[in-house]
Amino acid sequence: MADQTIIHTESLTKIYGMGEIQVKALDGVDLEIRENEFVAVMGPSGSGKSTLMNILGCLDRPTEGRYILAGEDISGLSKSQLARIRNQRIGFVFQSYNLLPNTTALENVMLPMIYNRNNGHQSAVEQKEKALAMLELVNLSDRIHHHPKELSGGQMQRVAIARALINDPVLILADEPTGNLDSKAGQEIMGLMRDLHSRGSTIVMVTHENDIAAHAQRVIHFRDGHIESDQLNGHKTPHPNLAQEANDASQ
Amino acid sequence: MHPSKVIQIAWKGLAKNKLRSLLTMLGVIIGVAAVIIMVSISAGTEKTIEEQITSLGSNLIFISQNFTRMGFGGGPGERGGETGGLVFDDAFAIADQVEGVTGVAVEQQSAETVEFGDVSLDSVEILGTTPDFPAVRDMTIAEGRYFTQQEDDRKQKVAVLGASLAEELFGDATAVGQTVNVGGVKLAVIGVLAERGMVGNVDFDMRLYTPISVVFQKFTPSMFARIMGDRVRMIYAKVDTDQVPMEDIILQIQLLLAKRHDVSLDAADFSITTQQDIISTQESTTAAFRDLLAWVAAVSLVVGGIGIMNIMLVSVTERTREIGLRQAVGATPNDIRWQFLTEALLLSLVGGLIGVLVGVGGAWLFGELGGMRTVVVPTSIVLAFASAAAVGIFFGFYPANKAAQLDPIEALRHE
Ligand SMILES: Nc1ncnc2c1ncn2[C@@H]1O[C@H](COP(=O)(O)OP(=O)(O)O)[C@@H](O)[C@H]1O
Ligand SMILES: [Mg+2]
Repeated sequence: MADQTIIHTESLTKIYGMGEIQVKALDGVDLEIRENEFVAVMGPSGSGKSTLMNILGCLDRPTEGRYILAGEDISGLSKSQLARIRNQRIGFVFQSYNLLPNTTALENVMLPMIYNRNNGHQSAVEQKEKALAMLELVNLSDRIHHHPKELSGGQMQRVAIARALINDPVLILADEPTGNLDSKAGQEIMGLMRDLHSRGSTIVMVTHENDIAAHAQRVIHFRDGHIESDQLNGHKTPHPNLAQEANDASQ
Repeated sequence: MHPSKVIQIAWKGLAKNKLRSLLTMLGVIIGVAAVIIMVSISAGTEKTIEEQITSLGSNLIFISQNFTRMGFGGGPGERGGETGGLVFDDAFAIADQVEGVTGVAVEQQSAETVEFGDVSLDSVEILGTTPDFPAVRDMTIAEGRYFTQQEDDRKQKVAVLGASLAEELFGDATAVGQTVNVGGVKLAVIGVLAERGMVGNVDFDMRLYTPISVVFQKFTPSMFARIMGDRVRMIYAKVDTDQVPMEDIILQIQLLLAKRHDVSLDAADFSITTQQDIISTQESTTAAFRDLLAWVAAVSLVVGGIGIMNIMLVSVTERTREIGLRQAVGATPNDIRWQFLTEALLLSLVGGLIGVLVGVGGAWLFGELGGMRTVVVPTSIVLAFASAAAVGIFFGFYPANKAAQLDPIEALRHE
């Protein structure tokens, strides 16, 4: 199972503005991410990182190309089916946290559960216990009844991470999760990410900062909507996947 | 998503903006209350009319002056002919000559101060009638007797009292045999009528009944009556339609009066109305009234619905980010649609519920303080409540659909 492919894309393309002015935000992206990888995506502003994350997160659909998530072809799914995938397969962490205001940390964490059609076997008490466990995992057991406005940025982002984990997703996507945080809070979040990774999570994270990206195993650089480089961290060598593909191509 | 969860979320959405929710409900509250109050008023009116009609006495024909046709050439005392209008003798002629008529009564009114001992009552209605009156108008004698034809002919100063009037003048003491002072004229009390109650806005029990000849002579009621002499405004004829059909009786009266007044039937100076005519007229009046009220109420419900739609649209715009987030964590378009539809439905149902309370309370208040007769009709409550729910679904659907169709990314980017 450790070798299972979580993300597989084929010439993923996204074109914005179908009129006169067209922006090719993604330009034929082939990507392969396996289970329990921790990947950082870097690149200049406007290079298509968020566009990629939105498509990987099933929030958006590619103009062209194929996307297979944990063996399931996402390309032809309806809006409701995509919603189900987002709910049960993906945990998305946003730069701006996106917590519901006037709602406690606990309720925010439980939000994805109410849309989950697969947890009918769980009683309300069990669901609450699970949410409490998630809050404990992100070190917020003492803040469960706090509203977002009573929490620091780092704490809000930790609530968001607990929310992302609540339905046991196969993939955690984070688009600049530390973008709004100071470096101390940022490092705390990265500590948490590493923790999740060590527990078996598959994580894809966008970041601008090298010291944040340093926590990942693998770094993908984007430019103008395509992958410029894809390397294992700390090595200046290509990622084994790429090396493999290069081999395939040369044969 | 579980329905109870949907309701819980929708409820929270509304509770966040209590004042706004209340203001939004106001339209529905007013609409539902309006339906209930208006139906209760119209039901009350109908009930009053119903009672009035049964108390008019059965099988009654009303023969009245047709003022538009009547000549004003003749002076007082002049009889019939020359289209002088209805006169006293017309009533006797009808009683004598028309087959099927079992009695006639003539009325002439006045208002006088009535005194007995220390008690003095202002503006008591004095009704001059003929001896047939109790039979024609279905009145019962409680004590003593009604006056006779002979007393009427001789202008005997006698009085028969309504039940309440007797009570106010004499209390528990016997009225019959006493003499009352009516506008300076002494009348001997010969009888007291049984209680009859209100008929429309006329209190039969607070009247003093006396021979019509006495009213003409002593209590000339108005300038109009002075000019009119012994002309009468209205003749009541009681008929028995078992023997003679109503149409025949009416035709006989028409021919008789036309002959007596020397006019052709198309130029008649009188008009004949049956009780059925009155029932029909009043029924169509109440029906029209009810229709009007129903429209007013329907319009206010629709206005309430538009209010809900308006606020729901604002709410969808305001909460675009929330919608985007819910979609991002797995809410389907249907989940979002139900959330907002439930909010609209809750607004209209809670509004409807408050409206029912306000309506029932309002109907009671109208009855108690407004002096209006109201009867709360249970079906109107059900109907108003159901309409409120329908309005909520109908006007909630468009905003809910708009919310459901939002694109998650654009919604999340919304400021
Ligand atoms: N909704 C959109 N409509 C049109 N153009 C867009 C839209 N979203 C992104 N773009 C464009 O696509 C390109 C990639 O954007 P994005 O993926 O947000 O970049 P990044 O996250 O790497 O900064 C940019 O040129 C941006 O202007
Ligand atoms: Mg971005």
